[in-house]
Amino acid sequence: MYQEKIKVDWVTIWLWFGIMIFGWLNIYAAGYDADHAMLFDFSVQHGKQFIWMSIATLLALFIVFTEPRVFSNTAYPIYGIAMALLVVTLFVATVTKGAISWINLGPFKFQPSEFAKFATALAVAKYLSTIGIDMKELHTKLVAATLIAIPAALILLQHDTGSALVFLGFVFPLYREGLSGNFLIIGVVAIALFVLALLVNKYILLGILLAAGLFYLFVWLNKRTLRDYWRVAAVFACCAMFVFSVDFIFNNVLEPHQRGRIDVLLGKTEDLQGSGYNVNQSKIAIGSGGFFGKGFLRGTLTKADFVPEQETDFIFCTVGEEWGFLGSSVLVALYVVLLIRLVNMAERQRSPFARIYGYSVASILFIHLLVNIGMVLGLVPVIGIPLPFFSYGGSSLLAFTILLFIFIRQDASKNQLL
Amino acid sequence: MSNQYADRSHVVKIIFIVIGALFVGRLAMLQLFNPEYKEKGKQQSLRDITQYPARGFIYDRHGELLVHNEAVYDLMVIPRMVKELDTVYFCQCLNISRDEFDDRMQKARKYSPYSASIFMKQISKEEYAKFENKMFRFKGFYISQRTLRIYDRPIAAQALGYVGEVDQGDLDRDPYYKRGDYIGKSGLEKSYEEVLRGIKGKKIMHVDVHNREIGPYQHGRFDTLPIEGCNLYTTLDADLQAYAEELMANKRGCVVAIEPSSGEILAMVSAPTYDPNLLVGRIRGKNYVMLNSDISKPMLNRALIGQYPPGSIFKVAQSMVALDLGVINPGSGFACEKSLVGCHNHPSARSVQEAIKMSCNPYFYQVYRRVIQQGKYKNIYKDAQYGLTVWHDYMLRFGFGQKIDIDLPKSGMSSGNIPDTAFYNRWYGKERWAFSTIYSNSIGQGEVTVVPIQMANLAAIVANRGYYITPHMVRFYGPDSVQNEEYHKRHETGVKREYFDIAAAGMYDVVHVAGGTARRARVDGLDICGKTGTAENYGNDHSVFICFAPKDNPKIAMAVYVENAQGGGGTWAAPIAGLLVEKYLNGEVKRKDVEKMYKEINPCQKLPLTRRVKKAKKRG
Repeated sequence: MYQEKIKVDWVTIWLWFGIMIFGWLNIYAAGYDADHAMLFDFSVQHGKQFIWMSIATLLALFIVFTEPRVFSNTAYPIYGIAMALLVVTLFVATVTKGAISWINLGPFKFQPSEFAKFATALAVAKYLSTIGIDMKELHTKLVAATLIAIPAALILLQHDTGSALVFLGFVFPLYREGLSGNFLIIGVVAIALFVLALLVNKYILLGILLAAGLFYLFVWLNKRTLRDYWRVAAVFACCAMFVFSVDFIFNNVLEPHQRGRIDVLLGKTEDLQGSGYNVNQSKIAIGSGGFFGKGFLRGTLTKADFVPEQETDFIFCTVGEEWGFLGSSVLVALYVVLLIRLVNMAERQRSPFARIYGYSVASILFIHLLVNIGMVLGLVPVIGIPLPFFSYGGSSLLAFTILLFIFIRQDASKNQLL
Repeated sequence: MSNQYADRSHVVKIIFIVIGALFVGRLAMLQLFNPEYKEKGKQQSLRDITQYPARGFIYDRHGELLVHNEAVYDLMVIPRMVKELDTVYFCQCLNISRDEFDDRMQKARKYSPYSASIFMKQISKEEYAKFENKMFRFKGFYISQRTLRIYDRPIAAQALGYVGEVDQGDLDRDPYYKRGDYIGKSGLEKSYEEVLRGIKGKKIMHVDVHNREIGPYQHGRFDTLPIEGCNLYTTLDADLQAYAEELMANKRGCVVAIEPSSGEILAMVSAPTYDPNLLVGRIRGKNYVMLNSDISKPMLNRALIGQYPPGSIFKVAQSMVALDLGVINPGSGFACEKSLVGCHNHPSARSVQEAIKMSCNPYFYQVYRRVIQQGKYKNIYKDAQYGLTVWHDYMLRFGFGQKIDIDLPKSGMSSGNIPDTAFYNRWYGKERWAFSTIYSNSIGQGEVTVVPIQMANLAAIVANRGYYITPHMVRFYGPDSVQNEEYHKRHETGVKREYFDIAAAGMYDVVHVAGGTARRARVDGLDICGKTGTAENYGNDHSVFICFAPKDNPKIAMAVYVENAQGGGGTWAAPIAGLLVEKYLNGEVKRKDVEKMYKEINPCQKLPLTRRVKKAKKRG
């Protein structure tokens, strides 16, 4: 039997536990009904969530008492099983709200895409920690990209854009392992250009880009080589192509409801009864909270079904309405502290596997926060994606707990392992 | 090997922190710096339900209920919630056509598909009873209860006033009112609006996205109960009022009766009048237009608005002024010199008392001349200015030339006209006028106009022998019987009581002694004192009569004014006043034949008696 002193990171565990309990209180509040105020009524959502929380805790304990090597050794089989489940899902899933990502298991519904996240994290960590691997090599990049792209593509086939987007988060561990920072910059520039291309006249946009390029060449640079000219020209050409393809992407690749949500976000349409309804109601609910909020169980909007999906994807509204600016900021701060903590923990790992896995955990959580809270606050188009440890839902709570605790487990025995 | 990139952890952390800060900033924007969301949140999740208090009742002086309320029902609709409606059946219940239904729905939808608007106003209890138990079949409709005014006896319409929906002016003036609220528009309903209306209560209901009520917001912590309006206990005598209205039927004019000792108004009639029930409920709009366009102006309260030449009743006041100034004495006699001013045939008056009895025009011409031209200045113009100023002061103390401070709406009330020096200077120029220019005032003609309530007040002054109490319509109100002290003020004329005894004696003679002008006002056993007047104007003469009774310790003072009555004060106004005094003091009228005659006949069409009265001749 494997014998060692386990030193778990209690700060992370407390953050996990605190966020989960706070989430549960808000699920209770969102579904609160004075006539059915039983705290442990297992027929309603907060009661069910309590069961999930209990199972998640048991699972966490189980992981903590498992030998850490097990995860790195079984990374590929786990990945394989997860991918197989995703494929199976496509055939056996029941369609729920347009997505074919749920498998019916008797009384419960199971969402394999949630589990694909930590499976992919394991596989990516396993691959990149292989001795002799160098991020600079094209081969490495391609294999890593494929590992990430397979689940993302399968999930896209399930019409679950939100979950697929999460896999973009892997750019952070790759970056940490040596991927050029240009990928991050290209990503940001692409998003900016996409938005601007939809908002501004394309020729004006290109004119500005050209002016910026010329400014860079003739004012910024003191000495110019022929290479500089070619570089600027190439970048400009790429931008131009991208800008002109935005319309095509927007009109032909995106689904109508996605177009609507983007239009609403960019302020091009209001459509308060259609695409804009959720976000408008969400903003009203949050805004009506004020500084101190209306108080626990005193929210008037979230309790009256004004905000759809308020126990799941829009749970943050309940926080905003009942706990106000104070509570919402504290929650955001808790998440940011958790992310920073995870990065710091990753950096203190001796094993590259644990470090890469830690970065993956932080990144996956980060994308969830970015998309979920960003959507609720009206900063990101509406994309259905849960708030980690917080939203109602067994699959996501269990999957996030597994994701996090595998890393906590790695960290607990960082000194024994290499 | 990989630790060469360890610095990149900072980039990742900075990205995390920046996004976190961005979220907090956005939260601050939504929650701290944008009140719009808070307001919107309230609007859509909370529904203020106004609880209307019952408006106070109005009673007469004997506790008879004059105005009370009846429940009616507004049918409200929330268009978005109307589902699976059996329209044909629904229309049948409401007794409306399909087109009308579509029309009303369209209007409601236009106002807002999500919030409630009135589908049908003021459905009566009986109509509502027909479909009350079927309401559950009409999804999206609900009932809101309101109250309407009910008048068991259709009397005193102008004095009581009416209630109507608030207009923009009301909304701007007082934030208490919300669109669709009711407010007193005239009469007592207006002047006692704040007493009668009570205080609205508010129930805040928490509604969900489908506008269904979930329950009281925070267990009703912010709810308030409506406080019912106070009851008004008026000074009116319902029987006298009703009887006066009957007598004034078919006539234009007014009656004001006051209890002299208290200033309480016993009756205030403006003829033609209307049934106050006409201006209630759904029929109000139609009837309002009808009444408002009626050329006889039934909605005007002539008792407060009419400005009439007072005619000979004015002589009573003139004699008091002259006696008080000492320019004549009670035994002064003046010849009935018809060359000065026309008169009817009677012997010359040898005293003030006789002059009042006979209403001798030349006599009061002389009296007024002595008041105006007192000889204080050599220049007759300056002298007249002085005299008029003195006289004007007296007239104000008699309650003329200013709005009577009655507890009815002051707006629209008339003050009458008592010309002062400025008035004539403007008309004729400074020092271009003297007594000879203005002598018509002496007999209540010329530039003088008086409001009927002021005439009744003059009768009260003589009855009180020199003072009046502010006339008022409300004795007290509310459960605590609040009295408005303002209306119990005593106003002195400053004229000695003994002079008023002379006036009272003269007025007694008018009714009781041969040669008096108002023998027809006489009622056996009641020593009514009165003074007739016949006011010339462009049409037929107005017939006016003031009186009080009994002579000592009077219980009632009254003015009766009948417009264009083809006859003098003695012909029309005096007998009506006689009947009213009889009714009030004796409780019933024995002279049924007289009563019948004055009730039925229209003075503009036919003379009541065989004796034809010559027109265009001043009589008193």
